[in-house]
Amino acid sequence: MIAEAGLAALWLAAALAALQLLLMVLALRTQIEIGRPMRAVAVVQGMLTIIAFAMLLILFARSDMSVALVFENSNSAKPFIYKVAGAWGNHEGSMLLWVTILAASGAFLGLFSRRASERTLVAALGAQGALALGFYGFLLLASNPFARLVPAPADGRGLNPLLQDPGLAFHPPTLYLGYVGLSVAFSLAVGALLTGEVDSRLARAMRPWVLAAWVLLTVGITAGSYWAYYELGWGGYWFWDPVENASLMPWLAATALLHSINVLAARGALKAWTMMLAVIAFSMSMVGTFLVRSGILTSVHAFAIDPQRGTFLLALLGIYVGAAFVLFAVRGASLKEGAPFELVSRESGLVINNLILSVILGVVFVGTLYPLFVEAVSGEKMSVGAPYFNLVAGPLALLLALLVGAGPLLAWRRERRPVFKRLIIPALLGITALAITFLLAPSMGLLPRLGLLVAAFLAAASILPISGRNPLRAPLATWGMVVSHFGIAVALAGMAANAAFTKERLAIADPGERLSVGPWLVQLESVTPTAGKNWTGIEADLSASRGAGPITLRPQSRFFSDPPMETNEADIRTFWNGQLYSVLGKQDASGAWQLRLWWKPFVTLIWAGGGLIALGGLMALVGRLWRRRRRLAAPESEWRGAGYA
Amino acid sequence: MSRALRFAPLVLLVLVVGALLWRLATPADTSVRSGLEGQPVPSFTLDTALSGKPALSSSDLATGEPRLLNIFASWCVPCATEVKVLQELKARGVKVDGIAIRDRPDDLAGFLARHGDPYERIGADPQSALQIALGSSGVPESFIVDGKGIIRKQHIGAIEASDVPAILKELEQAR
Repeated sequence: MIAEAGLAALWLAAALAALQLLLMVLALRTQIEIGRPMRAVAVVQGMLTIIAFAMLLILFARSDMSVALVFENSNSAKPFIYKVAGAWGNHEGSMLLWVTILAASGAFLGLFSRRASERTLVAALGAQGALALGFYGFLLLASNPFARLVPAPADGRGLNPLLQDPGLAFHPPTLYLGYVGLSVAFSLAVGALLTGEVDSRLARAMRPWVLAAWVLLTVGITAGSYWAYYELGWGGYWFWDPVENASLMPWLAATALLHSINVLAARGALKAWTMMLAVIAFSMSMVGTFLVRSGILTSVHAFAIDPQRGTFLLALLGIYVGAAFVLFAVRGASLKEGAPFELVSRESGLVINNLILSVILGVVFVGTLYPLFVEAVSGEKMSVGAPYFNLVAGPLALLLALLVGAGPLLAWRRERRPVFKRLIIPALLGITALAITFLLAPSMGLLPRLGLLVAAFLAAASILPISGRNPLRAPLATWGMVVSHFGIAVALAGMAANAAFTKERLAIADPGERLSVGPWLVQLESVTPTAGKNWTGIEADLSASRGAGPITLRPQSRFFSDPPMETNEADIRTFWNGQLYSVLGKQDASGAWQLRLWWKPFVTLIWAGGGLIALGGLMALVGRLWRRRRRLAAPESEWRGAGYA
Repeated sequence: MSRALRFAPLVLLVLVVGALLWRLATPADTSVRSGLEGQPVPSFTLDTALSGKPALSSSDLATGEPRLLNIFASWCVPCATEVKVLQELKARGVKVDGIAIRDRPDDLAGFLARHGDPYERIGADPQSALQIALGSSGVPESFIVDGKGIIRKQHIGAIEASDVPAILKELEQAR
């Protein structure tokens, strides 16, 4: 009954999504006020999808093997948390999660959005309904998560062991929240283009959604990066894998959007550009979903390959993005640009920021899809690897990080003061960092060296917007910007240190043998069998020391039988100045063990920086929502002129 | 913004969707193929996986007639259904040899008792060393080896009943 209830909820939600689309057409054709019913429909639609998703969670928690999806992706012997995570650790479940978040966002938009005009909101909810409708169609016609299996088997097939990790249980929902949160920005842009009300009001309505989606994307990408780092046992934090790029591309677009929205909100400028970015940001979410779900590109995250589903998703992508682009092309001409600005101004700074981010986005997009184009044209197979991305995107990212330091110091419209004077101290710090690298590591590569320079400069420059004034009086949104920009410097320092100072040791060792890696002396004590709830494995006992008392590391190699698979569980020890990373490999014919050891100085700064970037976004979001409540309570004159923060 | 510029994203979208559609229509082959087709079986000697069953070495695979070399394990779910198909092949005169991957004699004996035993010889590969040397990435997997010990064909995944005619044809050609 539970599965049938879930399916019924989905069908009902689909009908309501269609109703939203119809109501929008009615509202645009006539002058009838339908704001209230429209909001109600959106809220009920959201609730129905939440019910459907809850039903799926219950089915997985109960290991109901009469449902095909549960049989294929779960197993009664699995730990409970992975049983539940199995609900979205597969194609159908993750698509249901996607549409649940999409509809829930629409419900939230209907419940809480009071900023955009009623007409634009109705159009936006109609667009959100249209988006949801396509994905309901996809679920109900091509990927039904509630399909029954007759006869019901005794037990299920399990879950890809790589996915049996707490990080993976929460990584996809976080990313999806970010991906789909951008759908609201898309719908608001489409709504505003339809009603012709592209103005600072719209930007303020859009901003919290973009901020929230951006924070979640940042958290998702950072967590995903750390997951790949410790779970795959490769010791790297970013592989330019197509699936990783699929999450990076919406993030880049959302970052650009976040900054151009500020220009639109504060100055009424960059109208067409901001609308374009809002469309592109969500398009990148859809491209990402398509790439991951269609299995079109080979990736370490090997998901099911299914051309039919891929075609369905591609059709949705073509229709939605195509329609938005057509709308943009037709309505874009009527958008009047707002207040003018001069070459040296906050606006110009943000335009340059947008341009660089867009170029990086282009680089990643081309690099991800280029192999496909080459094969389509010449029939030759090729792949674009990390060297291309690092070479092209690396210097651009460095340039951007350099400008991030200066941009927030510029005034709106026209900068009269010499900004460079304020940047003297950061510049001196950067040069000092550069000098130190020459002293300590003369053979360092150029990019890491520049990375440390820019990191030192940016770390100092990012604090300037709140220095010299009472920090408690600075708006929370300004604090958020400072924290985020400082986070970039921290992450950059981690990446540069990791690239420059990592020590690696790959060895064949017998028990009792000692190996050195960086400042560490590591001894292989023994290798013994071990077992978990649904796997058997072997575990190495390593003792490592650098002067002080030894510590123990226990990397494992696990064998899962259902489905058959082998995973490496790296054991990683974190210290204030780096991480010691150990992986146990195979045994060779003579009985010796393959061991892989890394000493990675300051590598944790990469994720700490990512966390700070997200935290800054969260502070800005809270600050903006809180200020808005105060504004709603206070007369307009009190907050006008407070300016951009 | 000029008209041409406003339509540029649309043109780009059409190009991208076109390329993606083409790719969906002609999916790439992503399976891991052994580079050993057309090459002799690497030289090896395995212990027997089960007492009372002959062991397996590379010389056993160059006996003048084609053989089917099957990589399997008692813990592998699809292997259980595949064994029934292998039984059918054996009934039709095909010589089947097995390599048991990371298996234990007790489990293996139980597996063969439950599902049938099509194997003439079974070698034990407790660390997957030979499996990797053969370029195999999973179980089950099978190789058609001709009378001179040269690998003619790699079959990835379980041999289904519908694969039987093709396998028989390949074995005939390997003669």
